[in-house]
Amino acid sequence: MSVVRAERLVNLVLCLLSTRQYLSAERIRSIVPGYADAPSDEAFFRMFERDKTELRELGIPLEVGRNSAFDTIDGYRIARRDYELGDIELEPDEAAAVALAVRMWDSPELTGAAHGALLKLRAAGVEVDQATPAVVEPKVRTTEPGISPLLAAVHARQVVAFDYRRPSPVEVRRRTLEPWGVVSWRGRWYVVGHDRDRDAPRCFRLSRIIGDVAAVGRPGEVRQPIDIDLLKFVAHTNNGPPETSTARLWVARNRAAGLRRRATVVGARVLDDVEGDVVELEVSPGESSAGWIAGYGADAVVLEPDVLRKAVHEKLLAVAGESR
Amino acid sequence: MTTSQERLPRLLALVPYLIARPGIPVEEAAADFGVSAKQLRKDLELLWMCGLPGYGPGDLIDLSFEGDTITVQFDAGMRRPLRLSGSEATALLVALRALGETPGAADADAVRRAVAKIEAAGGQAQPPAVAVGLGVREGETAAKAREVVQCALRAGHAVRMTYYTASKDEITERTVDPMRMLIVEGRGYLEAWCRRAEGVRLFRLDRIDEITELDEPAAPPPYAEQTDTSAGLFRERPDHAVAQLVLAEDARWVAEYYPVERIAELPAGRLRIQMRYADLSWMQRLVLGLGGEVTVEAPAELADGVRDQARRALARAGQVPAAP
Repeated sequence: MSVVRAERLVNLVLCLLSTRQYLSAERIRSIVPGYADAPSDEAFFRMFERDKTELRELGIPLEVGRNSAFDTIDGYRIARRDYELGDIELEPDEAAAVALAVRMWDSPELTGAAHGALLKLRAAGVEVDQATPAVVEPKVRTTEPGISPLLAAVHARQVVAFDYRRPSPVEVRRRTLEPWGVVSWRGRWYVVGHDRDRDAPRCFRLSRIIGDVAAVGRPGEVRQPIDIDLLKFVAHTNNGPPETSTARLWVARNRAAGLRRRATVVGARVLDDVEGDVVELEVSPGESSAGWIAGYGADAVVLEPDVLRKAVHEKLLAVAGESR
Repeated sequence: MTTSQERLPRLLALVPYLIARPGIPVEEAAADFGVSAKQLRKDLELLWMCGLPGYGPGDLIDLSFEGDTITVQFDAGMRRPLRLSGSEATALLVALRALGETPGAADADAVRRAVAKIEAAGGQAQPPAVAVGLGVREGETAAKAREVVQCALRAGHAVRMTYYTASKDEITERTVDPMRMLIVEGRGYLEAWCRRAEGVRLFRLDRIDEITELDEPAAPPPYAEQTDTSAGLFRERPDHAVAQLVLAEDARWVAEYYPVERIAELPAGRLRIQMRYADLSWMQRLVLGLGGEVTVEAPAELADGVRDQARRALARAGQVPAAP
């Protein structure tokens, strides 16, 4: 931003803050330094439009209205009560929490916004020492390209469309969504909203969106339900009940450390002329436990349950390249 | 965000900031705004040219310099900072709430008070556009490890621990000098100087099997640097081997769970990827566990190794009498 433009914008803000009357564009042109340089009416209006947009993008509440019924054109002013941040004082422990919160984002979209907030709190007189070491530093990263357009669409309450790959069975489909919010749950990002194709609330993982997110609706069109808890919606969708059952394995002596640290040794046994231990451990049903155990190859052999034994057997058969 | 886009918010925040801190040194103010002292002086010179309509000596912002300190004499009506914008409030409040819900991250009461004060001052009543749940999965052992780590960090003590290294599938005893605790993607980590490895390492709390706080002080060497988490925790190194794999539909999660390079989408939902690994035995465990859902295209030592291991595992399992 040029010095001239920065100066003009600061003067414009000061001028509109100091007036109770709505000031017409022409009046502003004659008062605020910088506008007089505009060579033509057209150049002035272009300049003024750009400046108004800039102020609105910063969140400056620019009011448009007329002073009386006799006014023929709109004027502008900034209501001080809507512009100014209220009084705020933070205790040292509260300020420490704010400093930690600002550092939480590893994200181009959110780091900048958090720093903007910090700047304003400091300008309000709050002392926030960012160098204070914290005992725990939580970090939240955003790597998905979809996050910026989705955040913008949520703020603008605008319908979006994107191609989405469902993992299993794999299927790519165009989705049209009324976005309510963007959620990070356990380091993964989701967008939650009303899925127009299915006419139901759904969440989509950002890493499975292919290509660009397009805003397709008009701003202000989306209504977020008042009673929705975005985080709970995602967390609930993702939490299976943690059921486990006990499995019994043979594990070669001094091998498979990762298995052993979760297991209890209940006996000794020689298998295939190799010394080993019989151990018991809790496993969750399904493929993931079988995969974990199969990973240890000949160092771990499932004794029971039979279903787990067969699952591991199938995996090993496939890798060995032998027909099932 | 480019420097020029940050300038106007800074200019608008600067006067209220200085009002709250009469006689503040230029260097200190520059540090708080994250700019050089030279840039801050330029900003102050610009503000000096701004003021209220009339723009006479009594209308312009007046700053007095004494030595290297600044004091505001006349603010031209710019006494308070602008309110937080929607995205600024979101970035800050969402991070604060996430901290409040994370065990051990920050004083939950201080977080609640800070959120209430910021909301009261900013008056942000719009529905949340972003939610973050760090969702730390913390078993009993990890919770105990976290408590010991936090005690040691507060007291500045070294710790001795039994740690499971998944990449090598081994359990080792180490003495480390704790630097800080991190939460990344829903997992707690201890960042410490490892005396055994003579380097900074991140230790996953759920892989610490036993831990004791020592009486001796934590003394990481002065050149021990904190890990930059902005690019993720896995660091590619030139000495890492590269595997080329084809994942079947049911194994696509691998490409979402581990850092991989996507090479090509193949028919029937399969995916060709390249993946770096530090330890061959780790990669072998992964491939064995995926069973028929993965095909190793390269390197040959990996393909041959897992086939051989699977055959030996099958032979050994064949020694176990079938269940009745």
